[in-house]
Amino acid sequence: MEVQKTALYNIHKNLGAKFVPFAGYEMPIQYKDGIVKEHISTRTYAGFFDVSHMGQFFLEGDETLTEALEKIIPADLKSLKINHSKYSFLLNNDGGIIDDLIVTKTEKGFCIILNAACKENDIKQISKFLGKNHKYLLNNDLSLIALQGPKSVEILEKLIIGVSNLKFMTGNNFDYDNENLYITRSGYTGEDGFEISISNKKVEKLINFLISNEVKPVGLGARDTLRLEAGLCLYGHDLNEKINPIEANLKWAIAKKRKDVGGFNGWDKIKNLLDNGSEKIRVGIKPEGKVIAREKTKIFSNDNNEIGLVTSGTFGPSVNAPVAMGYVKSNFAKVGTPIKLEVRGKKYVGKISELPFYKKNYVK
Amino acid sequence: MSEKKFSKKHEWVSLEGDVATVGITKHATELLGDIVFAEVPDAGKSVEKESQAAVVESTKAASDVYSPISGEITEGNKAIVDDPSSINSDPEGASWFFKLKIKDKGEFESLMSKEEYDKFCKENPN
Repeated sequence: MEVQKTALYNIHKNLGAKFVPFAGYEMPIQYKDGIVKEHISTRTYAGFFDVSHMGQFFLEGDETLTEALEKIIPADLKSLKINHSKYSFLLNNDGGIIDDLIVTKTEKGFCIILNAACKENDIKQISKFLGKNHKYLLNNDLSLIALQGPKSVEILEKLIIGVSNLKFMTGNNFDYDNENLYITRSGYTGEDGFEISISNKKVEKLINFLISNEVKPVGLGARDTLRLEAGLCLYGHDLNEKINPIEANLKWAIAKKRKDVGGFNGWDKIKNLLDNGSEKIRVGIKPEGKVIAREKTKIFSNDNNEIGLVTSGTFGPSVNAPVAMGYVKSNFAKVGTPIKLEVRGKKYVGKISELPFYKKNYVK
Repeated sequence: MSEKKFSKKHEWVSLEGDVATVGITKHATELLGDIVFAEVPDAGKSVEKESQAAVVESTKAASDVYSPISGEITEGNKAIVDDPSSINSDPEGASWFFKLKIKDKGEFESLMSKEEYDKFCKENPN
């Protein structure tokens, strides 16, 4: 398959992007400033991210659509109000996570933001549950721009009046340059911010406005350090089809009503794990000193028994220390438990840490 | 003034008497990006030409640093371990990785000159 490019490819190039192949797309990993500066400017001012490779999947239908989606998504979609969003998953029959996603209730149905690498399979899996009266579309005419950081609201309000009224995990339609935009207050960095769905034709104009307001472009490299500090999972690394939401320490994302009543893929398994606990669980990990425990680093107990594996690990520029996430046997999951991390054949001391590593600044 | 030579793996070596100082080149730091971790060898360790001697990590990935020359380590630079970002700011000066007492000056002579290395980087941009 040919490598795809987003509508902003030439803009990225002019901004000095270094590109990497990611989920079939040619995407910027960083720009001229580099990952650390991009990370810090997002935390202290604002940064923009081209996340147009992600799937913007729109569904239309009556209440039977809601019922159909609830078979594969464990959120309480029936109670979801228009313009409200939830973090949730697509689940397989074993309760394994096919993808993690944000679902927003729209006037005609739902909009689901899907991971780029998963979107084709996701649609295949979702469409199995859909009826003839349900319409769906993966809209490739739209770009998706994340604007993240403490100054995001002040800057975006100058261009689009009213965005400051949005609460975290809600969205709305706005007018911009004779076009309708859909903007949600959300993100993947642990900062306040927005995700802006905008036509490929108008996206360049929006980006020029952001650049003229000193907003820096941020690549996938800093997106990864930001989300890891915020304790957020990356699909394909911290989550996959063999991991269920209980193991992933994401049971908060399953609606209470749905935990009790079920009616979704893998509920039997999930119900059992909710009652009895899982064998392994996702935790935060802090290596002592400066050593970085990257993905696939083996985790040992203090008495040298292998107890798990790191699934994401890097240096956290705002924490100013290495940070990691991984899965350990549940009896080692308590915050503060001393562990050892095997890096390049040597064992280094670390401990189980609270998540997030970096405190969130969401506007509730 | 001591002479500086370069390896294809983007290390530089300068030689004074029989003690060589080894670091990574500016070009290498530009490829790596922000450096956040460094590990240097202890004094007394023997290293062979082109064997792994130190480690450098950026936010993106870990890379081995090879010794372009055989010898016995006399000193690892603790300053870069304490402040890895200094490697980005002064890679070919204060932020050297290790010093070693060399065995064979011929190994040094066989490395690339500055001109040869610059040409090599142009032809192999990644």
